[in-house]
Amino acid sequence: MARKVTSRRVWVSTAAAWFFGFLIFLPILWMVLTSFKTELDAFAMPPKFLFFHWTTENYATVQERSDYFHHALNSIIVAGGSTLIAMLIAVPAAWSMAFAPTKRTKDILFWMLSTKMMPPVGVLVPIYLIYRDFGLLDTRAGLVFILCLGNLPIVVWMLFTYFKEIPKDILEAARMDGATIGRELVYVLTPMAVPGLASTLLLNFILAWNEAFWTLNLSTLDAAPLTVFIASYSSPEGLFWAKLSAASTLAIAPIIVLGWFTQRQLVRGLTFGAVK
Amino acid sequence: MGQITLQRVRKSFGPVNIIKDANLDIENGSFVVFVGPSGCGKTTLLRLIAGLEDVTGGQILIDGRNVVDVPPAKRGLSMVFQSYALYPHMSVRGNIAFGLKMAGLPRPEIDKKVEAAAATLNLTPYLDRKPRELSGGQRQRVAIGRAIVREPKAFLFDEPLSNLDAALRVQMRLEVTKLQKQLGTTAIYVTHDQVEAMTMADKIVVLNAGLIEQYGSPLELYEHPANIFVAGFIGSPKMNFVPGEAAGEPGVATLGVRPEHLRIGKEGEGWPGTVSVAEHLGSDTFLYVDAGKLGMLTARCIGEFNLKAGDRVWLSPEPGRLHRFDKEGGVIKA
Repeated sequence: MARKVTSRRVWVSTAAAWFFGFLIFLPILWMVLTSFKTELDAFAMPPKFLFFHWTTENYATVQERSDYFHHALNSIIVAGGSTLIAMLIAVPAAWSMAFAPTKRTKDILFWMLSTKMMPPVGVLVPIYLIYRDFGLLDTRAGLVFILCLGNLPIVVWMLFTYFKEIPKDILEAARMDGATIGRELVYVLTPMAVPGLASTLLLNFILAWNEAFWTLNLSTLDAAPLTVFIASYSSPEGLFWAKLSAASTLAIAPIIVLGWFTQRQLVRGLTFGAVK
Repeated sequence: MGQITLQRVRKSFGPVNIIKDANLDIENGSFVVFVGPSGCGKTTLLRLIAGLEDVTGGQILIDGRNVVDVPPAKRGLSMVFQSYALYPHMSVRGNIAFGLKMAGLPRPEIDKKVEAAAATLNLTPYLDRKPRELSGGQRQRVAIGRAIVREPKAFLFDEPLSNLDAALRVQMRLEVTKLQKQLGTTAIYVTHDQVEAMTMADKIVVLNAGLIEQYGSPLELYEHPANIFVAGFIGSPKMNFVPGEAAGEPGVATLGVRPEHLRIGKEGEGWPGTVSVAEHLGSDTFLYVDAGKLGMLTARCIGEFNLKAGDRVWLSPEPGRLHRFDKEGGVIKA
């Protein structure tokens, strides 16, 4: 039976949604505000919300001290590169598992997922030594490689669930209509899979962008992406809240813009399979 | 032309035999319905003919040519799926044109054919819509349009009407039959609904557990079922079966009589029983009668009968309408 939606109920749930939305957004808002404060105002007790001396000097200092664009470029290359390579490997893998499954397909999928259960720190030492011996420390190629491997299970799983959703009947209809495998791919499967491919691509890019464990441990300067750039503002001499906030704001800005424009795809990607 | 012949066709999935030795001769231009309970192998048989599954043994001939090694598209057949299987990202026009495009026909010819097919199916106003913007019946029509536009040797229908509501199903049933007669193309139609089978078919194939039980016209199956399975499957309400001995016919394992062939007689004539439920439909009256050692009997009487539960009745089968079966369930010929 459908519940009656009273205007009171609508009002209460709207208010609750705004409240929790604001609660989640608050840390980001605070970070952005802090980035425009002087270091003194950033520490002020009680905290100053809007009425403080607005300044952009933090941004200038941050760019001067550590080259933001250098790290941003590294982030783009590392996140983009690892995402592209992961997609290149995962698309055919998920494809074959979805459309030509064998007895072992399920086991393979669970084995891949199981690699995500292990804390990465468990393999830090061996990976570090291998990277040192192969000269991969602090190289973009090294980071691309490790992030690609780390995200591959998730990418394969996401694509697998998407491809699984494509009804087999439609592929058979295409076969009856005389489409060869190549044409089936181009005219039927790919257009139907585009939303799935797009949201997987986006989510993987964001995961790689935010990845901090491997990037912090395997790079120092040359290949260091924005995560390392942020971390460098937490130093033994103490925390510089305003500068740290400025650095963090700069680091997450591109991804927030990307997320804003692609939110529909992202929501679909994250809730896929859960809500049908 | 669309003459389809199955010779000793077998299909097994691992150790499970889905189709055991199917032999069938489908004449050009006829409307043949595969009917049977779920899991009897009727859809598998259709998919074998389509080429979507490979046969384990035997031959499938289309116009005399063995096609078991020919891919689906080269068999010259087209199929309408239960789920319609429309391409969701293409317009109605794109859906109907897809097969012709794959065949490499020139653009003006494709347009002409698509428009002709759309006109036949009253789809012209919807040509530029996407499948999701259409109703169930319209989607079904698009799926049929996609099938007819290729001018195939035969249409294969896999339970195409089962997703439609009852009223629409009756209407589409008529339309499909009319269209098939108008085009004169061979059609194979799979359904589990025996009413669909009886109303649409020139010939019916009754399948049970991977075997063809009988192949014949609807009335042949109704009047002369080859065995107890066909007798029970065709006809609604179901045929009554009574043990031969109890009915006074020793040597006959089971005696069958259809509900519409049971007459309500005078007191003392025929099989006595007590009405347990009486269903008054107006045009018909269905009586469910407890006839003691003969078991429960269903009688269908034309018109209104003033009988109610608890009334005592005498039922006698119409002469010449009795079906006699032996121990194996086969019919005993008189």
